[in-house]
Amino acid sequence: MLDSKLVIDGLGHFGPYGGRFVPEALIGALEELEAAHSSALVDPIFQAELTELHRTYSGRPSIITEAKRFAEHAGGARIILKREDLNHTGSHKINNVLGQALLTKRMGKSRIIAETGAGQHGVASATAAALMGLECVVYMGEEDTKRQSLNVARMKLLGAQVVPVTSGSRTLKDAINEAMRDWVTNVENTHYLLGTVAGPHPFPTMVRDFHKIIGEEARAQVIELTGRLPDAVLACVGGGSNAIGIFHDFIKDKDVRLIGLEAGGDGVETGRHAATITGGTRGVLHGTRSYVLQDENGQTVESHSISAGLDYPGVGPEHAYLHDIGRAEYRAITDAQAMAAFALLCKTEGIIPAIETAHALAGALQVGNELGPDATLLINLSGRGDKDVQTAADYFGIPL
Amino acid sequence: MSTNTALDQLFVKTRAENRAALIAYIPAGFPSQAGCHKVIEALAKAGVDAIEIGYPYSDPVMDGPTIQAAATQALENGTGVTEVFAALKHATDQGVAAVVMTYWNPIEKYGAAKFAQAIADNGGSGVITPDLTIEESDEWRVAVKNSSINPIYVVAPSTKPERLVKVTDQCGGFIYAASLMGVTGARSGISSGAGELVARLRKVSDKPISVGLGVSNREQAKEVATFADGVIVGSAFIKAIQDAPDEESGLAAVAHLASELAKGVREAR
Repeated sequence: MLDSKLVIDGLGHFGPYGGRFVPEALIGALEELEAAHSSALVDPIFQAELTELHRTYSGRPSIITEAKRFAEHAGGARIILKREDLNHTGSHKINNVLGQALLTKRMGKSRIIAETGAGQHGVASATAAALMGLECVVYMGEEDTKRQSLNVARMKLLGAQVVPVTSGSRTLKDAINEAMRDWVTNVENTHYLLGTVAGPHPFPTMVRDFHKIIGEEARAQVIELTGRLPDAVLACVGGGSNAIGIFHDFIKDKDVRLIGLEAGGDGVETGRHAATITGGTRGVLHGTRSYVLQDENGQTVESHSISAGLDYPGVGPEHAYLHDIGRAEYRAITDAQAMAAFALLCKTEGIIPAIETAHALAGALQVGNELGPDATLLINLSGRGDKDVQTAADYFGIPL
Repeated sequence: MSTNTALDQLFVKTRAENRAALIAYIPAGFPSQAGCHKVIEALAKAGVDAIEIGYPYSDPVMDGPTIQAAATQALENGTGVTEVFAALKHATDQGVAAVVMTYWNPIEKYGAAKFAQAIADNGGSGVITPDLTIEESDEWRVAVKNSSINPIYVVAPSTKPERLVKVTDQCGGFIYAASLMGVTGARSGISSGAGELVARLRKVSDKPISVGLGVSNREQAKEVATFADGVIVGSAFIKAIQDAPDEESGLAAVAHLASELAKGVREAR
């Protein structure tokens, strides 16, 4: 029952969540993608190719690092970091992107489009496109192109076209809208390389399948290091891809707590946040039913977070389901709490994390203090913070 | 479907007259609440047969820049479900058939059964749901049946034959045939996909078929009216309003375009 593979039906539902809410024009492409993914899952040649890319291109398996000095601030609990920040392009995003780029070729398509918030998924998509000789267009909210100008330059260096999106709130959700408009128009030769475990079926399951390697590796690595399972697994949640990636292999381990840390912005009570499960309600956004930040008319409400990568008013449907059945817990971490944890990891471990990831680290400080020194916590260090140096410098008043 | 809505009656009438119906789209609250009501009056007076009231939505993934801008303006004008139903009622009060066109989430938020009944209570004939797939429509199917309104689904040139049967089986009022693969907005020519799609639909259904996406002038309306039961025009009306220097001339432009299109649908056969 708790294995999500068993509860998902043929239409991509996780309990009441998930499914497909899209224009009819996209149904053919989604069915084609679903078929390509299903056949690739059991195709040894495809799997060998992906494994080889992981090993020789992204640098998998990623290592784990025990954060002993950081742990002194977390009630003395053992803190183990899964180092997805060390992957090529600097985050977990490459796992999904390589898988979907291979699927794009498998489907005989020559062009990929992608949305990006912080720019990490856009950079990863541009990277995979360069590697595999695909045309790449990345949609990015105009607001985010300003916040993350370094990543815009990276994408351009990699040969991608970056399209600033000026509609709506000019952030990630509007970039997704624009990517879907492109897809519906150019679906014949174009694959929409969605970057998270949201969107219409089969994206939530497919993206999870490409990221679950994080948890599979980490589970074995933690057992090897400590001789047992961790007490809790923590990850930040925007759309939720890195969290599902590390959670998935632990879902069957009922004694392991799964804790997702959402972006609390200025605080959930202020309304200026991106904590979709904590502060949202059931609804449909971007082709899937899940929790959504919305008003009484069903209009999406703009989200707020210091982290561009978590600044999204929706969340993956599997997270909504894991929340409702009580298998995973979700908490909100404010901008201030995240930035304090960001600074702490820099100074205690010599690791600059992505601001997204800092939300998970702030959660580790809380949960470590709650569980005490006997506990072991596994944290998904989903990305590195090079891209956030400007934001962090501004935040801490460091003159550049 | 055993409904007898104003929309059902309209197609009985236009088929008897051997012509296509002209269907206009206008978002509630655009260009203002009062302005929208005036546009509705102008459309009805100029010979439009049915009106689609758009429910402006924050994330309109099927719409091009013209309707996006109109939706944003309507939302800034404070348009919500109350204003949508008021516009619907205003349209039916003019003696034309009227439906609401909306993305699914506002219906889900309001409650499917309650929404369907409110449509009926305001004289509406049905609802067009462009992002509600047949697979997700169980609750909606019950709701529209209980309120005796038309569920109108969209089919696309890419819709496969077996799926065309499944979707058209669920349609009431008319089948909405998207003329091309893309978003809403005026195009210079009618896609050849429109005629092909309608021909495929005729083989599996005898329900009225209306073609939308990209129709903006009398010539195009005439062309589509040769093979479809209904011609849907949206962005062109909105653009006429957006391009006008003031409300008065915007209304005049809408009335002129509507009367031209009304001629177009009548001179096709």
